[in-house]
Amino acid sequence: MASRRTWLVHLILIVACAVVAFPILFALVKATQIRSAVLSPSLIPGDQLLENVRNVFLNANLLVFMRNSFIVAVAVTVGKTTLSLMAGMALVYFRFPFKRGVFGLILLTLMMPVEVLVVPLFDVISLQPPHTWAEFASWIARPDKILFEPARYGFGWANTYLAMIVPFLASATGTFLFRQHFMAIPRSLADAARIDGASPWQFLHSVLVPMSWNTIGALAVIEFVYVWNQYLWPKVIIRREELQVVQVGLNLIIGTGEGVQWGYVMAGAILSLLPPLVVFMLLQEQFMRGFALSESK
Amino acid sequence: MKDNAVFRSRVLPWLLLLPSFLILLTFLYYPAIQAWVLSLHRSNLFLGTRRFVGLDNYRLMFTGALAEKYIQVVLQTFLYGLLVIVFGIGLSMVIAALASQRIPGARIYRLLLIWPFALSPAVAGTIFLFMFNPDIGSVNQVLDALFGVKPRWLDTPTLAFALVVAASVWKNLGYNIVFYLAALQNIPHELSEAAAIDGAGPVQRFLRITFPMLSPMTFFLVFTNLTFAFFESFGLIDILTKGGPVGFPPMDAAGVSTTMIYQVTLDGFGGSGNTGLAAALGNVILFFVVVMTLLQFRYGGRRVQYGDN
Repeated sequence: MASRRTWLVHLILIVACAVVAFPILFALVKATQIRSAVLSPSLIPGDQLLENVRNVFLNANLLVFMRNSFIVAVAVTVGKTTLSLMAGMALVYFRFPFKRGVFGLILLTLMMPVEVLVVPLFDVISLQPPHTWAEFASWIARPDKILFEPARYGFGWANTYLAMIVPFLASATGTFLFRQHFMAIPRSLADAARIDGASPWQFLHSVLVPMSWNTIGALAVIEFVYVWNQYLWPKVIIRREELQVVQVGLNLIIGTGEGVQWGYVMAGAILSLLPPLVVFMLLQEQFMRGFALSESK
Repeated sequence: MKDNAVFRSRVLPWLLLLPSFLILLTFLYYPAIQAWVLSLHRSNLFLGTRRFVGLDNYRLMFTGALAEKYIQVVLQTFLYGLLVIVFGIGLSMVIAALASQRIPGARIYRLLLIWPFALSPAVAGTIFLFMFNPDIGSVNQVLDALFGVKPRWLDTPTLAFALVVAASVWKNLGYNIVFYLAALQNIPHELSEAAAIDGAGPVQRFLRITFPMLSPMTFFLVFTNLTFAFFESFGLIDILTKGGPVGFPPMDAAGVSTTMIYQVTLDGFGGSGNTGLAAALGNVILFFVVVMTLLQFRYGGRRVQYGDN
């Protein structure tokens, strides 16, 4: 009885693994085949993987798309983790007025997904900044107009990396994770550090950061994957192909549909999957531990 | 709540908070206010004109030429979100619970289940687009050879809807399973073993112990999956059906809400190019997000305490 049950569990798990993996393995096999085989249902691996990869990298611009995604994802991940760590430290290790209000103001941004704010954010990013200081001064002098009239000036960042990096550098999730983690660290450690005359910077450097690798790892995974997988915002704000990121780039490789090189596209899909997969696999242990910890607090 | 505030400085905490603050104010709070301002204006993206119209854009949603379409989109969005949550989370929970049992090879199963964690909506859409292409896709070639049928997966309304749901559920499997496995690591095995000694069967143990102990994580995942269904699904849907899940004409290419915002804004959906209407649509969705987040904090937070002890 018990062993029949165990076999059933094995069977369900094997089917589950197959369902989870099949579409990706399908894409991988198709990426190795020559054009005639790609368009057949055949699942026999071919020998064209390198050829397809070379073509999609060089002729279809995938290398450029992936480089852009990489720059943006690394910049956002590093920046976001740093800023969240700083904000978390301020919220836990210092006493200052309006602390609860400040924390609430940060948490409230969880309710503001970029996808809903695309229209106004587009204006803020793409409108040109004021030409002269006089113009800027007369604009800043009327805060009511700034708030309650449609935006007149922006950053002039359309078609730049900055448009994809700067708006995403602050994070409610990250600040929350670090705050929870710091509050779980015994107060005696911070007391000891202060009594020994350590400055806040020394405390950050020699106590907090070494004790936070799980949280840093968990956050890095979440943010890298989030930024790497972004689609709507880059599609809206980036209109030049040489600056586009890989998720939108894949769609550009598919193109209009006439004579699509599906072998190239599948090779591109697999390649675009690799960087976040590698990051996840490298930081998997920290991710599991960092997240399990925060959930139980 | 215990107090860890050991350092004394008036300036340093504000300096530490300043960068996060400036960015949140400039790129989230200011646009959120602007969204309301814009929704009170009628703008034409192509002409660059803009004039104040009060609540006209909100009225247009329910009475204008797009009203029927908009209601269809709202219903589709909710149905889509519901299906993604019920199937995605239900399947993931059962699979993760099975893979957490003490059976030979459990580690290998866990590894094979979590590696597509980082799968993106756009890549999922791209792979499904090829597999289910009505003319050259492998699925239809196999179906044609076996049964002599070639369903129009991508342009029959109900089929396209089902396909988008299936692709989304599949895309989220790895993600959900990872979080459930992390949560299951925290549930002591002793609980289940004690129940087994008392004669509880595996189904009973799952329903009475595992399921309630997982409830904080389930709340979290309901929220993230809903966020996915409402917002991040855009990449998958845009690639797979160019705006589906489609409805019957005249609501054919309306899609879910984010797709509609995109179309109203940038494709001049309905010939308007009225960014004010798009902003108004966004605000209505934002309202639902706020309600859901508050519910999450209220009920999710309470359950987390419960699960901890």
